[in-house]
Amino acid sequence: MALLSCQDLSLGYEGKAILENLSFTVDTGDYLCIVGENGSGKTTLMKTILGLIHPLKGKIVTGDGLLQQEIGYLPQQTLVQRDFPASVYEIVLSGCQGRKGLRPFYSKADKELAWKNIRRMELVPLARRCYRELSGGQQQRVLLARALCATKKLLLLDEPVAGLDPKVTAEMYQLISDLNRKDGITVVMISHDLEAALRCATHILHIGARVYCGTVEGYLQSETGSHWMAKGGAEA
Amino acid sequence: MSQLQLYLQQPFVQRALLVGVLVALCAGLLGVTLVLRRFSFIGDGLSHVAFGAMAVAAVAGLTNDMLLVMPVTILCAVLLLAAGTNTKIKGDAAVAMISVGALAVGYLLMNLFPPRGKGNISGDVCTTLFGSTSILTLTPLEVWLSVALSVVVVLFFLLFYHKIFAVTFDESFAAATGVKTKLYNLLIAVIIAVVVVLAMKLVGSLLISALVVFPALSAMRVFKSFRTVSICAACISVLCAVAGILVAAVAGTPVGSTIVVADIAVFAIFSLIGFLRAR
Repeated sequence: MALLSCQDLSLGYEGKAILENLSFTVDTGDYLCIVGENGSGKTTLMKTILGLIHPLKGKIVTGDGLLQQEIGYLPQQTLVQRDFPASVYEIVLSGCQGRKGLRPFYSKADKELAWKNIRRMELVPLARRCYRELSGGQQQRVLLARALCATKKLLLLDEPVAGLDPKVTAEMYQLISDLNRKDGITVVMISHDLEAALRCATHILHIGARVYCGTVEGYLQSETGSHWMAKGGAEA
Repeated sequence: MSQLQLYLQQPFVQRALLVGVLVALCAGLLGVTLVLRRFSFIGDGLSHVAFGAMAVAAVAGLTNDMLLVMPVTILCAVLLLAAGTNTKIKGDAAVAMISVGALAVGYLLMNLFPPRGKGNISGDVCTTLFGSTSILTLTPLEVWLSVALSVVVVLFFLLFYHKIFAVTFDESFAAATGVKTKLYNLLIAVIIAVVVVLAMKLVGSLLISALVVFPALSAMRVFKSFRTVSICAACISVLCAVAGILVAAVAGTPVGSTIVVADIAVFAIFSLIGFLRAR
């Protein structure tokens, strides 16, 4: 049973489909990169997997004991967050909120989990600092730590390196690869950086006019892949 | 000083202080999430809706206008806040539309059908907009109603504090991880409507935004976590309300404006502290 399988999906807003008849599966331990042109529906697909948007047609089935609300999510930054007064610890801890239901306060286990992920993302010296004062890379690690509080199995990352400088970008990719290889967390990532996607990922999902889903090796040999590579990836 | 003591012994001043503190506390607490969600003007918008509803109630000759004002204001708050970001008309424009529309319709109705027994329309309007002395003329029933509602609001804030944080900071992450964001947005909208209707008694509809916005913004100049900002905003709000009511009672100035001037002063001081710290 696959961890996540999308069957015959049609996605879009207000009845207008931007992506049709998409089927693919993600197995436990995979590192899947979603690539494609701007506006091809990458973020829409991610939001649909998360249950934020209902698919127009088709369905998404989770397996291996994964519940929909156990998916960790690293969204693109919103305007609201830029000047938000919140400490790193408060934000990471809020990743546990989904499991709380109507219970008003965090338990000791929640707080321990938050600290564990703060250590894992090497944020301990920053834990009491204000989020808005951190650098872009530090902010992304805070949001990643929060996502890890919400999941043990599957991470969805929406362009995690957008706006980061090359050094921090490399560190971020390393961090994500470690989570995938060492901790066995399945990763689904939207990326504009095709070169990095081919280097880090095990599988590629290419959406747009042509669709490909499979291993990285297969992608390089496929017509979709070679066509896309020739155009220089997302710059096209 | 002895004049102040004399005032404090008056039941109407005591009632005004009690209600003032409670309403300011509620507005200060909710202000933080409203300002961060870019809904600073919702206090103003909803109070105009409440004004419009009051005008309708007065024209219709209802004896207890709360029965009409409260549901109408809550409905508008839900439409504005709970609809979220997926609406055709975006947040600030929707607030402006409802606010100006309700104000105009309310004033028009009061002019076309002057409420019986009251000759002075513009005086009435002025009282509703600026609060003037209505907080000094509260009846015991109104005081108890305010106390009960404030207790509900504060309890809500305490029990749902972590959820309010999660929904305010990142609504889509919260929704994706199973937080019932729609439910909490709805609850926040209802609570805000209740606070606005309460606060109208205190500072009048035009100055409600000040009560919501100033404490939160002042606290954000200096403090850096959501918890400290919330606590600080509540404290500033309460202190300014107390100071404003006492000064107004002694000096005979309008209560609402005096409270807001106190809020502005605190904002200036906190901005200065924040600026000096950042250097």
